[in-house]
Amino acid sequence: MERIKLTIDSTPVEVDPGSTVLDAAKKAGVHIPTLCYHPELKLEGSCRICVVEIEGMKNLAASCVYPAANGMVVRTNSEVVRKTRKSIVELLLANHPEDCLVCPRHGTCELQDLSHQLSVRKVRFRGEKRELALDESSIAVVRDPNKCILCGRCIRICEHTQKVSAIGLAGRGSRAVVTTPFNRGLAEGPCVACGQCIKVCPVAALRERDASEQVWKALSNSTLHTVVQVAPAVRAALGEEFGLRPGALVTEKMVSALRKLGFNRVFDTQFGADLTVVEEGHELLHRLERNENLPQISSCSPGWVKYAEHFFPEMLNLVSTCKSPQQMFGALVKTYYAEKFGIAARDIFHVAVMPCTAKKFEASREEMGRDGLQDVDAVITTRELAFMIKEAGIDFANLPDSEFDLPLGMSSGAGTIFGVTGGVTEAVLRSVYEIKTGKELEEVEFQAVRGFGGVREAQIPLNGMTLRVAIVNSLGQAEKILNKIKAGEASYHFIEIMGCLGGCIGGGGQPFSKDPDIKQKRASALYRQDHLKRVRKAHENPAIKELYRSFLGEPNGEKAHDLLHTHYHARPRY
Amino acid sequence: MSDEKKCITCPGCDGARDPKYDEVDKVIAKYRNLEGALIMILHQTQEIFGYLPEEVQRYVAKGLNIPLADVYGVTTFYSYFSLTPRGKYRIAVCMGTACYVRGAGSLVSAFEKELAVKVGGTTPDRLFTLEVSRCIGACGLAPVLTVNEDVYGNIGPERVAGILAKYRDRQ
Amino acid sequence: MAYVRSHVLVCAGTGCTSSGCKAVEKAIEQEVSRLGLDSEVKIVETGCFGFCKIGPIVMIYPEGSFYCYVKPEDAAELVSEHLLKGRMVERLLYRDVQNPKPTAFFTDIGFYKKQKRVALANCGAIDAENIEEYIALDGYQALANALTQMTPAEVIHVIKQSGLRGRGGGGFSTGLKWEFAARSPGPIKYVVCNADEGDPGAFMDRSILEGDPHAIIEAMAIAGYAIGASQGYVYVRAEYPIAVNRLSIAIDQARQLGILGKGIFGTKFSFDLSIRLGAGAFVCGEETALIASIEGKRGMPKPRPPYPAVRGLWDKPTLINNVETFANIPQILRKGAEWFAAMGTEGSKGTKVFALAGNINNTGLVEVPMGITLREIIYDIGGGIPDKKAFKACQTGGPSGGCLPASLLDTPVDYDTLTAVGSMMGSGGLIVMDESACMVDVARFFLEFTQEESCGKCVPCREGTKRMLEILERITEGHGTPDDIDLLVELSATIKGASLCGLGNTAPNPVLATLRFFRAEFEAHVVDKKCPAGVCQALLSYSVIADKCKGCTLCKKVCPVDAISGTLKQVHIIDRAKCIKCGACVPKCPFKAIVR
Repeated sequence: MERIKLTIDSTPVEVDPGSTVLDAAKKAGVHIPTLCYHPELKLEGSCRICVVEIEGMKNLAASCVYPAANGMVVRTNSEVVRKTRKSIVELLLANHPEDCLVCPRHGTCELQDLSHQLSVRKVRFRGEKRELALDESSIAVVRDPNKCILCGRCIRICEHTQKVSAIGLAGRGSRAVVTTPFNRGLAEGPCVACGQCIKVCPVAALRERDASEQVWKALSNSTLHTVVQVAPAVRAALGEEFGLRPGALVTEKMVSALRKLGFNRVFDTQFGADLTVVEEGHELLHRLERNENLPQISSCSPGWVKYAEHFFPEMLNLVSTCKSPQQMFGALVKTYYAEKFGIAARDIFHVAVMPCTAKKFEASREEMGRDGLQDVDAVITTRELAFMIKEAGIDFANLPDSEFDLPLGMSSGAGTIFGVTGGVTEAVLRSVYEIKTGKELEEVEFQAVRGFGGVREAQIPLNGMTLRVAIVNSLGQAEKILNKIKAGEASYHFIEIMGCLGGCIGGGGQPFSKDPDIKQKRASALYRQDHLKRVRKAHENPAIKELYRSFLGEPNGEKAHDLLHTHYHARPRY
Repeated sequence: MSDEKKCITCPGCDGARDPKYDEVDKVIAKYRNLEGALIMILHQTQEIFGYLPEEVQRYVAKGLNIPLADVYGVTTFYSYFSLTPRGKYRIAVCMGTACYVRGAGSLVSAFEKELAVKVGGTTPDRLFTLEVSRCIGACGLAPVLTVNEDVYGNIGPERVAGILAKYRDRQ
Repeated sequence: MAYVRSHVLVCAGTGCTSSGCKAVEKAIEQEVSRLGLDSEVKIVETGCFGFCKIGPIVMIYPEGSFYCYVKPEDAAELVSEHLLKGRMVERLLYRDVQNPKPTAFFTDIGFYKKQKRVALANCGAIDAENIEEYIALDGYQALANALTQMTPAEVIHVIKQSGLRGRGGGGFSTGLKWEFAARSPGPIKYVVCNADEGDPGAFMDRSILEGDPHAIIEAMAIAGYAIGASQGYVYVRAEYPIAVNRLSIAIDQARQLGILGKGIFGTKFSFDLSIRLGAGAFVCGEETALIASIEGKRGMPKPRPPYPAVRGLWDKPTLINNVETFANIPQILRKGAEWFAAMGTEGSKGTKVFALAGNINNTGLVEVPMGITLREIIYDIGGGIPDKKAFKACQTGGPSGGCLPASLLDTPVDYDTLTAVGSMMGSGGLIVMDESACMVDVARFFLEFTQEESCGKCVPCREGTKRMLEILERITEGHGTPDDIDLLVELSATIKGASLCGLGNTAPNPVLATLRFFRAEFEAHVVDKKCPAGVCQALLSYSVIADKCKGCTLCKKVCPVDAISGTLKQVHIIDRAKCIKCGACVPKCPFKAIVR
């Protein structure tokens, strides 16, 4: 197809057919501010911040949706364009709380940025502002409708990317709101707590339920023994909060920071991930042997698990009974670790640092504890950890290196890559292959399962059979593949489903980023770490071997089942 | 299935399935395979129940296997759908331009005063609901109002009390 | 068919239905059978005659006698005198406001004289529920001819040649629209009739659907043939039950005769129609919002392009025209593009239907050739302003248009001229206002409407109209400042220029037009804190002119809050602190001593 030639602010530019004016402007090196636009979402064209003047048109055009055309002459910086943009921001501010200084998105708020960029200096409208109740029903996600600017990004990701539709637009005109049906709150509907809505929210209308106060309280309570576990994806993103380059791997600084915050033990969720690989691998081999409950679907993504309970209750038998790494880890902290070091479980306060908001929900599930105690006492996200580090006055960038504590800080490269889509599959394959064949893998890196495609498939020869696997990221893709399986149009032995785009590195608790390649950068940090690891297979992690030898017994054995496996139950969709 | 089909309109009954749901089932069955039928279904469901209670919206969403947020989004978007029960008599004062310039505004005020409810409100005895409508196409008779199917044209505020009395007397 | 001596046409449009035509029809029926005239007299329930103010209307043919304000108790006299004895009932004949002599014949009535009925041709002339009556007046001939004698391209050519432009508001060339839809590739396309008449002062689409539904069916089938669609939808307001009912009957009858369905008129062309109900949202008149609504979603507009002609209903190429536009199609094909183009002006061909209402003697639906002046419509057809009051403004284009002052009464009515003077044609609401209207209040009324009807999707319309309305409310409540006027102008520019759809783009028009022509009235509100028309309650203050007051005490007696003091034969005084500005005292004063 022939290229389109147009002029943006007197710069000639050529773009491919199908490009928008915004695409063309980027190409011409012209910055156009946007708000409702999000590169991962369906185009909306509703906020009108990105308007431009196009010669021959009566009205301004929203560049994010307007198709570039041959001979088009575009002005992005004329008097009328600037005035209009300022006026739009002023209108938004007129219906927005003026509490920027105490807002959790202070400094990461896109509305604030726009107001600054466009030199909006006053708000002249002195009319009514919304005063709606906060939705604090969910343990993971808080909705503040008063801050909402109705850009619709949250709805688009919830409806199209995740196929959940826990929230939607209701009412119309100036009374339009983003809300749950009948304003019942997120806890009542099918919200899976994935937090993808938070990730795309430009303001603080959606945010995680902050658990840091709870953690501070525990840290300052000298009678409590505080144990923290940190998920793999956290170390690939935390640096962004402190001005380090996206994709910087900050494992050792992160460990130092956690020690400075006062945690008695700093452990690694990757240990839990290694354990999950061993349990899940054996479970798979077992199901393959008996040819039942196939395909086995991974269970480490709590957003996905909750989704399955709401939307595919009839397929819950396919979901691996393995707890997620966080919960396996939590169960061991309150049993194995407590016994080994002679600390009463009730004196342990166990914190998990996660890239994920659904982990908050997972930790609160009634199956996830024993003797009246939850295995994980508090879950904070990468963002909450960053706030705590800042609040404690820790100069993160200049921290000395520090290592995880042993034994639960020891992990293999398999545990590391759990944090990225395809990682669970690759980790399981590394172990399953060797357990099943008894031979050593020649190439531990399964390039076929890596990448960011919504659904990726691979076939792996395994002792005379061909193991068919699929890797799925986002719940929308999960819906598609599950429906195919139900209809008999697809068949696999193993499916990895991660609820978030890109896997945990793109989790709902990760730092806000405007870098379009952020997922690739975070992923390559994890793959780099895997590459550098001495042990790259979960079943070869010496601490795991020791755990089975001295405490658990056999993989999938009785004790392992009691501590490391769980069950699911149907939840209502309506 | 049966638990959410319980009667919702008659408090104090034995909780048997409200037969109105059978009618909704018929409506859903009729339109199920028709693309984009939600609004048509909601119209007929509102005819059955008189309004669209929350439980009924859930029932429709489930019956069509679509997100509840979609149903709620539609019922709150269109002014024709009511989420609250309405009075036996629905007074709709036309607020089209012609009626407005001929004094429909004072008509609305008069009704608000007489009924002690605001536009959109229903009297505590569930006898009257006060609404405003956009042009009903009877501009020649402006200002116009309707009470259910009855049309009143060339009405001044002084006739409001009399009109209400007529319906109160029917009780 | 039996020979029928007389036809009694009873208007059953919404206006006449509202004023009680059903009872009249029943009474006439009873009288006719009581006198044994059943076989000689046929009673026909028709669509709207247009002259709604004087309903219920009954016309008797072959004489063409035009009876108005007919009540059920008049039936006996009407039947025995006119139908039996052949004598007109003078007291029921129409009388002009200016001319007290009864007018016997429909064609002599001033209201109809200057009209040119094309889209409304069959309204009031036929029984809308009987397809044979439509066929008897050459109905479906255009479709048959198109299907058997013309190629789709030839059909489009004729429509283009006619110069017909969309009657729903925008005024886009209908022929071009058809051509775009025809050119869009794809085996599945749709034709949609926009019958979501949203302008709160226009009801011509309703009348056409009620009075001549087959014309719409025929036009849509022709459009389907021209663009290559085999399915059509009529999106009609749920508030129009009579229209929906007549249209359903018409569709069924057309199906029975094979005019809708497979292989129409023995050709390979198939076409069918279904009705979709709106649910009360003005914005659904906008094409992309209408499509969303047919799809069962919230009626929120989408950015264009892509235009519906390329990607519309269910992402398929879709042609959308409004009712009045379609109503012109069969006649254009039957009588030729030249016939149509001979009416109207250079840029605006044909006729336009207006809903004439407000402070005017003859309210109703009128159809006039494009290019006629506002003055002719208001004074010659509309009979001028009642109660000897002065004309102040007329509003065209509904919530997207503006108020035009007396100085523009000689403006010819066509798309481009109306837009040039700051209003627009819109769907054809024409509301006349006399001196008692406050233009600031009227602007507020329209903003209240658009604000209420904004879908809430784009920021300029959602937030901007809200702030505009707040400012206008402030002004009408006496708290406005001169800065507010500037702020209104600035906001208007943002909303007009940056909104996503036509509703937003035109939402500020009522304010801009009133500011343009009635700025002094705004200034009186914000500077002098006065409402010259005496509409804005908060700005009113009542006082007694001492020279005129004779101390009769009538005003004191009527005051509900005892704000007036004074004794017999003494000058009375109004206590402004107590006065609630109800205005009850003003008409009570026999000496016109109380002023606002």
